[in-house]
Amino acid sequence: MRHTISVMVKNQAGVLSRVSNLFSARGYNIDSLVVGVTDNPEVSRITIVVKGDDRVIDQVEKQLNKLIDVIKVVDLTHDDFIARDLALIKVKAEPNTRSQVMEIVQCFDGKIVDVALKSFIIEVTGKESKINAMVELLGNYGILELVRTGEVAISRGKKVHEKEETKVKMKAGKAGQSNL
Amino acid sequence: MAKNKLKTGAQMVVDVLVDEGVDILWGLTGGAILPVFDALYQNSDRIRLIDTRHEQGAIHMAEGYAKSTGKVGVCVVTSGPGATNIVTGLTDAYMDSVPIVAITGQVPSHLIGTDAFQEADVVGITRSCTKHNFLVKNIQELPQIMRDAFFIARSGRPGPVLVDIPKDIAAASAEVAIPKHSSIPLSKFVPTPDLHQIEKMAELIKNAKKPLIYAGGGVINANASDALYKFARKTNIPVTLTLMGLGAYPAGDRQFIDMLGMHGSYRANLALTYCDLLIAIGSRFDDRVTGKLSEFSPHSKKIHIDVDPTSIGKNVKVDAHTLGDMNSILSTLTKMVGSQDYEPWYEELDAWHKKHPLAYQQDPNGKVLPQFAVDEIYRLTKGDAIITTEVGQHQMWAAQFYKFNKARRWITSGGLGTMGFGFPAAIGAAFGFPDATVIDIAGDGSFQMTMQELAVVKEHNLNVKVVVLNNKFLGMVKQWQDLFFDKRYASTSIPVQPDFVKLAECYGLKGYRADTPKDTTKVLEEAFKSKDPCIVEIVVDEEEHVYPMVPAGAANKDMVLSKEEDRARVMAAVKTKAKTHGKGGRK
Ligand SMILES: Cc1ncc(C[n+]2csc(CCOP(=O)(O)OP(=O)(O)O)c2C)c(N)n1
Repeated sequence: MRHTISVMVKNQAGVLSRVSNLFSARGYNIDSLVVGVTDNPEVSRITIVVKGDDRVIDQVEKQLNKLIDVIKVVDLTHDDFIARDLALIKVKAEPNTRSQVMEIVQCFDGKIVDVALKSFIIEVTGKESKINAMVELLGNYGILELVRTGEVAISRGKKVHEKEETKVKMKAGKAGQSNL
Repeated sequence: MAKNKLKTGAQMVVDVLVDEGVDILWGLTGGAILPVFDALYQNSDRIRLIDTRHEQGAIHMAEGYAKSTGKVGVCVVTSGPGATNIVTGLTDAYMDSVPIVAITGQVPSHLIGTDAFQEADVVGITRSCTKHNFLVKNIQELPQIMRDAFFIARSGRPGPVLVDIPKDIAAASAEVAIPKHSSIPLSKFVPTPDLHQIEKMAELIKNAKKPLIYAGGGVINANASDALYKFARKTNIPVTLTLMGLGAYPAGDRQFIDMLGMHGSYRANLALTYCDLLIAIGSRFDDRVTGKLSEFSPHSKKIHIDVDPTSIGKNVKVDAHTLGDMNSILSTLTKMVGSQDYEPWYEELDAWHKKHPLAYQQDPNGKVLPQFAVDEIYRLTKGDAIITTEVGQHQMWAAQFYKFNKARRWITSGGLGTMGFGFPAAIGAAFGFPDATVIDIAGDGSFQMTMQELAVVKEHNLNVKVVVLNNKFLGMVKQWQDLFFDKRYASTSIPVQPDFVKLAECYGLKGYRADTPKDTTKVLEEAFKSKDPCIVEIVVDEEEHVYPMVPAGAANKDMVLSKEEDRARVMAAVKTKAKTHGKGGRK
């Protein structure tokens, strides 16, 4: 099963490599790993998407907890959580297909952030499944380049990491709607 | 903050060492670590630095010291090759949970990342073989890092911690107070026991008819042998120990049924297979114990008591478990349980023991059997020596035939299986216990890996005796070739060897040699009479195998018991297992 694990770590050199090292040393496969500093500059948050059975995930969590630089590990999968991925997609946009591509972008709540003679760059955020769907559709027109951030995630409502002062107010309704 | 004198980084290192109770450490010098060695030199009235001939020797000595005394072992080496030479020891300590602080010199800060002379990414290289490691970035953080290093090394499941100190930081001076405490909370390492689970354990114990305690090195690390003894004696439950656990329960006790696992006793491995409750204490269900996982102890409910969360449920699912301080868990549990006589269960165990005891038959006129040699060492030292071993057949015979009644007398490389460990480890133990007799039961192959440390034995006149059980083979590998590779001895015959008597003599030590059973007794008696270091070479029967043996990938109950047993049976057993279960056999 696919798990989204949020790891609060000390914001220090070498921490990321300790975390990724743990995965490679124990033969766990990471689907994606995103790291960024939190509102507390001394703390970073790593969001890891990993596939594995319960035994593997249990080990992943425990092994992460053992790392000295790890402050807290939460498997968001069991919570109600919001996950988002951002993609930049350079897609062919010939005169005869431009409007169709634009329609797709609109449908998916995307943005055209660069326009060239024969291509667009599209920015889109959303659930992994939404982006997958959009990529698949755009594939019909010819994708020239694609880059994705990997999933970042946060649990709804109550905070899972007490120390993290999440200032962003969740617009629950709207976030809930954009599940294309 | 109190006024502090200006101090060099190197002096701060020494101050924390002394404050942590370190009075001895092992090392080998070099350019990048020079300032630290200089400070150690100037503080030699407070702390003793032992110069080794190889950095691997230094770290194994620190391990031998740590395992025998229970204190943190410390080694100090230079950058680049000095640091890479301790990687084997770090990995060894990591696998066997040995508290070690390793201090490495690093090239000056401004040269890091430039492929400077003797630069190596030591923190990168050792990330996966240390419990934690540090690269010191500035002198301000150095004392706290040193403090934390000791705290991490000894807390919870112990392990090695490395501190990499750039030369400029060791040489620089600053006013920094030495912090009193670690910056990390103990709760990071020692979780609180779960009382509800302990109650559940008591319930499982109450209902069991054939319970078995399977204890390991974790008991020794937690200094919980007494608590284990009380628990076992009160409940009357039979006890088996892992290779790493030997000594955690007295071998002479009636409830002890010998070691379990790949070369464990028939009785212990069958007990493991047929028990209805398995109580794992400070042990981790590793593959040398479980054999084939799907057939591991199939009839039992399982209890697991440990300090390391990752050990729980890693290989085997358990019915009740708790983490935390082993002493307090065991004493709580002991209060909750009663006693039963388990008569039918003990009868069964006795019958297995009678059928296949750990035994050998020495022909007085034949070649020396290695088991006999170990037995003689045991008899002549009355079980009072500290025994270290190298890795191979001799190690398993030592485990089977030397009986330990106390913890921290048995020092062996279990997890990593590091040939060359035993001799330097013996030296480290001898520094910890200057009055004890320390014996390295060695194979000829292994001893040749680290024997340059004879110089250290001579220099400090340590009571270390190396008994080389010489079969002129890398015997354990040969055994596998005998069993699984049609006796094709690829790379295992090592007929060219030093004359071990002369080798001892050229270091100014005594050397003895025996090649008959009678002479074996005679030279051992002679060697043990004095407190002088020596090498005793005993030429042993090279055809001898270690039994019982659970072939890797086989179930415990399918152990091979003797050479006379049809080899084809072994092959067939291993092969069908390999076929039906995808993997198996050894690869
Ligand atoms: C450093 C290292 N290299 C290789 C091995 C693989 N190995 C395991 S046992 C063994 C043979 C050991 O021979 P010896 O020390 O003579 O002991 P014996 O088995 O003959 O008693 C070897 C090569 C190892 N364990 N460690």
